Amino acid sequence: MSVGIVMLVHNAFDRAEQVARHWAAAGCPVVIHIDKAVPRRAHDAFVAALSDLKDVHFSPRKRCEWGTWGIVAASQGAAELMLSRFPKVRHVYLASGSCLPLRPVQELIDYLEDRPQTDFIESATTADVPWTVGGLDAERFTLRFPFSWRRNRYLFDRAVEVQRLLGLKRRMPRGIVPHMGSQWWCLTRRTLSAILQDLDRPTYDKFFRHVWIPDESYFQTLTRLYSSKIESRSLTLSKFDFQGKPHIFYDDHLQLLRRSDCFVARKIWPHADRLYDAFLTDSAGAMKKTEPNPGKIDRIFAKAVERRTRGRAGLYMQSRFPNEDWENGVTAAPYSVFQGFTEIFEDFEHWLSRASGARVHGHLFAPDRVHFAEGQTALNGALSDNPVLRDHNASAFLTNLIWNTRGERQCFQFGPMDNQDINWRVARDPNAQISVITGAWAVPLFRSNLDFADIRRLAAKLQKTESTHMDVLRSAHAKARVRIWTMSEFIEAPMEPLQGILDEIGRPRLRRLSEAPRMVDLNGFGQFLQNLKNQGMHPYLVGDFPVSRGVTGDAKPTPKPYLVK
Amino acid sequence: MGLIQSYRLRLQRKRWRIRAFRKRRELTSVANRTAQIKADDILLFCTQRNEAIRLPYFLKYYREMGVGHFFFVDNDSDDGALDYLAKQPDVSVWSAKASYKRARFGVDWLNWLQMKYAHGHWALTVDPDEFLVYPFCDTRPLRALTDWLDASSIKSFSAMLLDMYPKGRLDEEPYQAGQNPFEIASWFDSGNYTISRNRRFGNLWIQGGPRARVFFPDAPAKAPALNKVPLVKWDRRYAYVSSTHMLLPRGLNQVYDEWGGEKASGVLLHAKFLDTFGAKAAEELQRSEHYAASVEYKAYAAQLKDDPQLWCKWSERYINWRQLEILGLMSKGNWA
Repeated sequence: MSVGIVMLVHNAFDRAEQVARHWAAAGCPVVIHIDKAVPRRAHDAFVAALSDLKDVHFSPRKRCEWGTWGIVAASQGAAELMLSRFPKVRHVYLASGSCLPLRPVQELIDYLEDRPQTDFIESATTADVPWTVGGLDAERFTLRFPFSWRRNRYLFDRAVEVQRLLGLKRRMPRGIVPHMGSQWWCLTRRTLSAILQDLDRPTYDKFFRHVWIPDESYFQTLTRLYSSKIESRSLTLSKFDFQGKPHIFYDDHLQLLRRSDCFVARKIWPHADRLYDAFLTDSAGAMKKTEPNPGKIDRIFAKAVERRTRGRAGLYMQSRFPNEDWENGVTAAPYSVFQGFTEIFEDFEHWLSRASGARVHGHLFAPDRVHFAEGQTALNGALSDNPVLRDHNASAFLTNLIWNTRGERQCFQFGPMDNQDINWRVARDPNAQISVITGAWAVPLFRSNLDFADIRRLAAKLQKTESTHMDVLRSAHAKARVRIWTMSEFIEAPMEPLQGILDEIGRPRLRRLSEAPRMVDLNGFGQFLQNLKNQGMHPYLVGDFPVSRGVTGDAKPTPKPYLVK
Repeated sequence: MGLIQSYRLRLQRKRWRIRAFRKRRELTSVANRTAQIKADDILLFCTQRNEAIRLPYFLKYYREMGVGHFFFVDNDSDDGALDYLAKQPDVSVWSAKASYKRARFGVDWLNWLQMKYAHGHWALTVDPDEFLVYPFCDTRPLRALTDWLDASSIKSFSAMLLDMYPKGRLDEEPYQAGQNPFEIASWFDSGNYTISRNRRFGNLWIQGGPRARVFFPDAPAKAPALNKVPLVKWDRRYAYVSSTHMLLPRGLNQVYDEWGGEKASGVLLHAKFLDTFGAKAAEELQRSEHYAASVEYKAYAAQLKDDPQLWCKWSERYINWRQLEILGLMSKGNWA
């Protein structure tokens, strides 16, 4: 009997009994501490249930409230009893009632037999510990904590604030350097008795009595004074969530736990029958050993913390509805918005989808209906093309669309005639790549068959809308990748911007752009603009478009449908 | 939120509780087995009317999940549902002949029963056509979830309503008693839900899905709410305000994270759209006992006459909770 088990128990007594019997059957003496808060009846029943085992003892009961001294006092008392009652014990293993041995006990005994002088206790200086929650690490040692965190959270927090404000600090006993680590340790008789029998122990106890969560620092700190060989890790597998609460293991973790390299796991859900059945068997019935792969456990629980604290970018749902600017990504994936391109290029959408491989929609926010790619009436996620439904919550429509089509690049057309509700949302979204040719809305007007008075009125309205939109895109708060050309600027040299846009969509292409979209016939457009000006409506967003071009016809816009570079 | 607003909500909560207390007179106990309830039992509360055909599977589903005791209010059924319920060993049932509408669609009755029996228990409040799915529900019983919620000091658990529908006409395949309704209605809309925040009660208001898509395309604001908080560690001071969409005190509605993270949540699979729906809609239209003058049922009736087809090319076929998790309809949160 070289290993003794100290068990701290406060509930799930049937499971604690099962585990205690398992330890005892393998020849390990067990000292059990039962929380003083446990009702007498439950306590008596539990003690009676274990009365047939001669190497199971019960230590004096203390009240164990989380985060307070009681747990340390309980472990001290139980460890003292263990050391005095069982002189042959060389290592003492601290466990709880909801711990479950993962490997045959004999393996643990052999393992410790090979390392007779090693103390297994996770112990790191406060400066280097990343797992503390709630901003209290070094302050655990320097402040006082007169109020219960569980029952009086408000006073607890105020007390901390007041002490910070007044700069109150406790003095540390001489010679100790605060260390912290997992509460579950396995110490040698030599180290443990040195801690428990130290002449200065009253000083240390007095100090740690008012330290916050001393069970994570008392033994961790004092071991550093006496141990000749510390291995700073816990033999107990325990994972913590973002609030510092231990994760719980269930039946479906069976395969995962078999791959752990730890000897004991906590905490186990008391009703996880399959786990208890699988692990609490004798070595003959034990499962075949599998290659330890603790990394997988780490990944799963790290992911759970990440999901709870950062979540999936671009997802809005019943239990994730971030405030503005706290989204960790307004949308789920990058997408491109094109304004004015379909107006100057015939067949722009088809060209873009061929050249980029992305899904290219028409005007998703058009007033008549949602123009999904290929004229579909619905899209991934059963998004409907009904404009009323869309306008009921336009930005949710957009975020839904991008979320539903994760994995496939989305592009869509936009313009001043469309629903403008999403402008700010898109402008603030780093995933958005917005390319605008300002003034291009004039081209459909130019080619339309409307009365000139109507054209003039419409042009004024569209220009005003677009101008407001451009102010949004140019604002200091905009985070989207924005490119804006005036129309005249763009049609001077369209290839370069188009190439840039395709590069940004980022489809690996071997060759340079070989095919350009065909530009619409702009003969007479200059004159059209001049007419608008003559009516007092200056289409300044178009840029400086030479009147002569359209009037004389000798400087025709390049009538080449295909252009090879 | 100012003190005044906060006080108003407090008064409102008291009003609902007093109302529930008054409405207790409308309940006649038919079978009261509440003495059997153990201290840590999970309780289920449900109002039903003429749902006899659904009850066998409903009871089986939730018994297997680990519900300890069922509370039913039977609203004047004439299809034998009341007798059936009264015979079940783990069911307590009350009969109410009064108006469903005037009991605020059953909320007052259930608030009363919860006030009286659910204090200190986890209480699940669902309709007979709502089936709870939560993370890991295929491997962990409901008790595992409530234990975890207890350990995490979480008092309420959200489960959005997900309308399920068949492919083809609603009346194509008749539903048999005891059958899993999702063998027929196995399709759903995965990504057309819109959310806005109700500042007053602090809850989210979710709309969308097939009902908005097919029945309310021209009046989406009228589409039914899909947000629900069906699982609550009950305290006698709590009260549901409107169906299980929201409760008071308003802290219980805070089932979502506002800083980018995801809280754990589930889904209520809604087996409303079976072949029984047509008859039900016609009857409810007659009775006008449903929300907002049965506007929902009017819209349904108008549509269903010509083309009862909710399925579309992008409908998703239900597989399991993991699928719903990946689609972003529910979340494991930090439960792993």
